[in-house]
Amino acid sequence: MSAEPTVAGVGGPIVAHPDQGEGEHAHPGATNLLTKYVFSTDHKVIGVQFLFSSLVFFAIGGALAMAIRWQLAWPWKPMPILAKWLWSAPALGGQMPPEFYNKLFTMHATIMIFFVVIPILTGAFGNFLIPLMIGARDMAFPKLNMFSYWIMWPGFVLVVWSFFVEGGSAEAGWTSYPPLSTQPRAAPGSLNGQTLWLLALLCAGISSLTGSINYITTIVMLRSPGMKMLRMPMTVWALFITALLQAFALPVLTSALLMQTLDRVAGTNFFSPVAGAVANAPAVVGGGAPLLFQHLFWFYSHPAVYVMILPGMGIASDVISTFSRKPLFGYKPMVVAMAAIAGLGFIVWGHHMFQSGMNPALGATFMLSTMMIALPSAIKVFNWIGTMWGGRIQYTSAMLNAMAFVSMFILGGLSGIFMAATPVDIHIHDTYFIVGHIHYVLFGGSTFAIFAGTYYWFPKIFGRMMNEKLGYVHFALSFLFLNGTFLFMHIVGWHGHMRRIPDPTVYEFLRAPGIVWMNQFMTICAFGLGLTQFLFAGNFFHSLFAGPIAGPNPWKANSLEWTTPSPPPHYNFNTLPQVYHPPYEFSVPGGEDDFLPQTRPLPPNITLDPVMA
Amino acid sequence: MRYWSLIFALAAAFSVGAFAYAPFSADWWLPNPAGEPRHVVSTFGREIDALFVIILWLTGAVFVGTHAALIWAQFRYADRVDADGKPARPAQYFHGSQRLEVVWTIIPAGILVFLALYQMDTWANIKFRSAAPRTPVLAELTGRQFQWMMKYPGPDGRLNTPDDLFTVNDLHFVKDRTALIHLKSADVIHSFFLPQMRIKQDAVPGMTIPVWFDCDRAGRYELACAELCGWGHYKMRGDVVVHETEREFQEWQAAKLAEQGRSQLATAPGDPGGDEK
Repeated sequence: MSAEPTVAGVGGPIVAHPDQGEGEHAHPGATNLLTKYVFSTDHKVIGVQFLFSSLVFFAIGGALAMAIRWQLAWPWKPMPILAKWLWSAPALGGQMPPEFYNKLFTMHATIMIFFVVIPILTGAFGNFLIPLMIGARDMAFPKLNMFSYWIMWPGFVLVVWSFFVEGGSAEAGWTSYPPLSTQPRAAPGSLNGQTLWLLALLCAGISSLTGSINYITTIVMLRSPGMKMLRMPMTVWALFITALLQAFALPVLTSALLMQTLDRVAGTNFFSPVAGAVANAPAVVGGGAPLLFQHLFWFYSHPAVYVMILPGMGIASDVISTFSRKPLFGYKPMVVAMAAIAGLGFIVWGHHMFQSGMNPALGATFMLSTMMIALPSAIKVFNWIGTMWGGRIQYTSAMLNAMAFVSMFILGGLSGIFMAATPVDIHIHDTYFIVGHIHYVLFGGSTFAIFAGTYYWFPKIFGRMMNEKLGYVHFALSFLFLNGTFLFMHIVGWHGHMRRIPDPTVYEFLRAPGIVWMNQFMTICAFGLGLTQFLFAGNFFHSLFAGPIAGPNPWKANSLEWTTPSPPPHYNFNTLPQVYHPPYEFSVPGGEDDFLPQTRPLPPNITLDPVMA
Repeated sequence: MRYWSLIFALAAAFSVGAFAYAPFSADWWLPNPAGEPRHVVSTFGREIDALFVIILWLTGAVFVGTHAALIWAQFRYADRVDADGKPARPAQYFHGSQRLEVVWTIIPAGILVFLALYQMDTWANIKFRSAAPRTPVLAELTGRQFQWMMKYPGPDGRLNTPDDLFTVNDLHFVKDRTALIHLKSADVIHSFFLPQMRIKQDAVPGMTIPVWFDCDRAGRYELACAELCGWGHYKMRGDVVVHETEREFQEWQAAKLAEQGRSQLATAPGDPGGDEK
């Protein structure tokens, strides 16, 4: 079937997409409260559901981070207020037990990655934006879409529940390397918490996978007339490539999680060469390989890093072009760069395993492929700067956050080169340098993109504007505290500060006054960063009810979602829009306005350079 | 509004400043012996540090360059309106430049390929089994929750003979001699980390991995576990003693062996009052 539907003459009446009109695909508007707002098949409601659920988990994950930072700055000092109800062990006098610290960072990473960043970027933005931006009425499979949200709930419940089971939550790190994670006596959290962790991730994985299938099908099949692949906004391109990444990589993680679950509950030994070696238990020959899990895990989890950054790149591209009032610099190279990042993303997982005991000859090839992934990333950075160059930059909250995304991504990307270099990685592997790098990419990158996207599309989602002044304050404080928190992680890291240790002062070389000072400074900034997010939450919820009415196109942007009312009605479009050009035709010479919606043809004297646009 | 660019400039200056100050402070730089913060004690340490510094310079230059461009674009092209509220200057209508794309693809590609190839030799020297020194094994190291167990060949120079010496969290070797160890794990994954010698290698259950390193300053150093291995991971710390001479090392070994003999005697089965003899 052709993805390019027929149109009855340019400018003439638009024939509804055969799959979308009132045919088999149509589903009636919801009538009662439950089907409209809870068990909804409307992609917009599902997007909002993902957004709200994940923001709640953002708060939980952030609170765990504060406790981690407290312990690192003032080891074994009882944390004021929180200690009492977070780790109630009166015998310890409010001190944090070291195994609780292990739970903190394990669950912080798990929640942030699998229940915050991925669900917001793909679940919330993906669901809300894809049909609107390509001119479709809904996702290809609305019921599957509803399922992809509700299957998250067992995951949410299991993650929270795992804190309260015997032995507490998982504590083998978010990477969950066996045998630590598979042998019940290796760690207190390896009792039931680890099993719940595995099941929670399986739920999140099913959610991502069903979502991805929906995104791919929707983008391939349901684009409105004239919406060629190379006329899609970068956000849609990014979500499309992300969905492909998920669809190809997730089955591998799922198999690894299932094998680990079987190792734990069914007595298999996929990942343990010897079973029961921990805590003086008699050893039994198992025949498994711990490195097998690492290969399977990183085959997904390295691409997962791009799952968490590619949609951010798409959002940043759209926001930067809109607020520079200028066409995106090098649309096609940007698409190719994203595809290259995704493609290379599949052959670089070994760089997580340079020190793992894997054959070092493989390290040499993985070094080269990892270095190469810096290349499309660099192309993207240069293109964003090129987009702003010569533009008319409007400093909105969304734009500031998008520019912060670029700035933070530069630092986060460059610090990645240190790890790609195998000899240097020997020293910095498993140190705080890695933690600093990943936070520049994931907090500085993904989270700023989430903020940018929220400020940018909030008027479309809820029909009201957010408060720009509060947005400025939130941005400025976040940006400064973020640098204060994560920059010094690189320095303590190259000084040798291992990650995942609750008390660095056990080591003489980490008792240096400079290291102690940096740990405390980082913690103070982290608390500042955490508190600053209350500004965002306040702004968000206040604007939800009391923000000024937005109107359909408050930013004067070009893509299709701005041609519908805010919030968009059921089915999004009355008639499917006809699309004439990519969404970045800003400041077209001779135009009466500085923007040109995709639904309006280009002036006859303008022809687009076929290579660049 | 153009002054928003200053907050980006501030963050960039903060980053560059911190990284530029770091080499001048022993606390902020790569870990070296306490008394000699400028001296890198191992051969691999010197090679790795040199590569680290090259990458720091290269990435630093790219960071400064891209941030200068970013901040200048933010400052120079900020939207300004004239007296009538109309934009003082229209935005350029420009879709990109293929020539620029090619230039900023080829130059970084060249630098990255150079960096990757330039690192290969050092990597091979440190990790490839074919590069392992042809010396007798110093010791067999087994990580287990939460200690490093060392097994040295005794005076006969062979492992797994009755005169083997066992120690816990106590690694000894001789200055300027390449030490070769066999790394194992008894339970979960650990990671053998000598920060001052820039050596790290995971200890994986079911595998025996050779690791080699040297040190040109006698003294005491630290051995850490770098891979999460359970609640006691943070205190899985070992002492590393580098002896000035082979003779000193052998004296230590003899003394330890004598001590071991006594303690074995003390706990010999059927001889509860061992030290009454």
